[in-house]
Amino acid sequence: MMVFEKPKALTNAPLHYCPGCTHGIIHRLVAEAIDSLDIAGRTIGVASVGCSVFAYNYFNCDMVQAAHGRAPAVATGVKRADPSKIVFTYQGDGDLASIGTAETVHSAARGENITIIFVNNAIYGMTGGQMAPTSLPGQVTQTSPYGRDVNTVGYPVRICELLATLDGTGYVERVAVNNVKNVRNAKRAIEKAFRNQVEGKGFSLIEVLSTCPTNWGKTPEGALEWLDQNMIPYYPLGVYKDKFSEEAAK
Amino acid sequence: MAEKILMKGNEALAEAAIMAGCRHYFGYPITPQTEVAAYMSRRMPKIGGTFLQAESEIAAINMVIGAAAAGKRAMTSSSSPGISLKSEGISYMAGCDLPALIVNVQRGGPGLGGIQPSQSDYFQATRGGGHGDYHLLVLAPSSVQEMADLVFKGFDLAEKYRMPCMLLADGTMGQMMEPVELSERAGESAAKPWALTGTEGKRRPNIINSLALEPQELEKWNEDRFKRYDIVRENEQMSESYRMEDAEICVVAFGIAARVSQNAVDAARAKGIRAGMLRPITLWPFPEKALKAAADQCKAFVSVELNMGQMIEDVRLAIECKRPVSLCCRTGGMIPSPDEVLSVIERAAEGGK
Repeated sequence: MMVFEKPKALTNAPLHYCPGCTHGIIHRLVAEAIDSLDIAGRTIGVASVGCSVFAYNYFNCDMVQAAHGRAPAVATGVKRADPSKIVFTYQGDGDLASIGTAETVHSAARGENITIIFVNNAIYGMTGGQMAPTSLPGQVTQTSPYGRDVNTVGYPVRICELLATLDGTGYVERVAVNNVKNVRNAKRAIEKAFRNQVEGKGFSLIEVLSTCPTNWGKTPEGALEWLDQNMIPYYPLGVYKDKFSEEAAK
Repeated sequence: MAEKILMKGNEALAEAAIMAGCRHYFGYPITPQTEVAAYMSRRMPKIGGTFLQAESEIAAINMVIGAAAAGKRAMTSSSSPGISLKSEGISYMAGCDLPALIVNVQRGGPGLGGIQPSQSDYFQATRGGGHGDYHLLVLAPSSVQEMADLVFKGFDLAEKYRMPCMLLADGTMGQMMEPVELSERAGESAAKPWALTGTEGKRRPNIINSLALEPQELEKWNEDRFKRYDIVRENEQMSESYRMEDAEICVVAFGIAARVSQNAVDAARAKGIRAGMLRPITLWPFPEKALKAAADQCKAFVSVELNMGQMIEDVRLAIECKRPVSLCCRTGGMIPSPDEVLSVIERAAEGGK
């Protein structure tokens, strides 16, 4: 008989996330991947700046908190210091796709053997709902009160598509956690991203479409629906690159 | 005793870092420190170390943070504009109590400035440079030999006090060649129970972090850090005296300015002026004790700097404004000549400024 239990790679600290926010689900999926590969004792996590800044309180492994956008560089330093360690970053869209774009692109270009969990909720959550690099065209936020006008502020950044063009990128997949089917698929992808690193294969990034009911002005349920109807069409789910499977197939 | 070899300052410091056990170097190209990275790129792969040319100065310092957090001796080097970019990371490093070595082979500023030697990052280095209440250990070499020796010292102090250490050199120190004696020295390498080495299921997770949203907690962190700084101030001031025994005029200069000033002191002595020099080796902690003692003996001070007058403020503070302090400075990559220093010494000896 299978009994549901909290992953060992999560601490007992109560999560601070808002009701209906899917960070909690993503934390669990990351922890389940760590448990299933039995790597918690040699895993070092890198927390970023944003709603997930306190990730260091939630993951039951050694953690370092990086400056805004710099997590992939910090992870590079940790990994180069001891390649036997499993190093992951947990970053939001403002952190990874705006202020940390250079660190993201170049850690991928180097084929750095790390795992990046990229949580995209199309908004700056922690600072109160400003327009993000991934906010959708027309999306109303605190700093795009008339809706994101692509003629003045430009277009959203699609990270998976962008990174897939780089030779150094190993595995990039976009998943979502808005329903059971998608959560199960996200679990598989996240575990694969960690397994790639354990097997020494190289750079993996999983983009997880996530909700922000508080700053989207939605109910928890309404947020899941909004993600399904607005985010997934703009950010299609799927594998954008899997160099390792392609290599294995050759 | 190891033989003396002729080396550039930048290369001597790079080799010294390797001898001190540093196996993780992260950098980004900038003149006039390029030789450090070039040297590391040749040496590190041969000894199982890491040389990584980062995408930016910002990334480089954050890679140093990662390696230092993992408990390794790590370093980066740059020059003035690059150090400004690293300042965010340096502040985080101070806030996380991480030891590492940061080399600044200074060039003229502000802005893109120039590529000739300068000491105009004195304020930036001694006041911390980034945001928040913190200090760095700041060491100022004035010879190629010291470029090497202070690397050993820097790593040891950084680990002992869990502080980032800056080696504040200048373009002259980096580029000039002098005989240098290099010998392997075991570092003091303090135990690092805080390092991120993986729990191995045997201990609670280590967390390296500079965030404290509770003001009482953040205040406490800062106060605790400053208690450590007090110990550093008490124990680690370093300076060198030159012809100070009976000096009436005390020249204060570091780095290349001290090399020039030494000639000026000799010239002043030849003219019958009782001049001497105090050369700070640690810029933070500033050698206040030596300066204070000199204030009881000397009637005037001369601060010689390659900037518009920055260290002079620390000289005045150290001697509590008991004596007049004159400034002899050139900036923008210019270096004062011994004659220029001498004329300021002469005016100070006559009681003028």
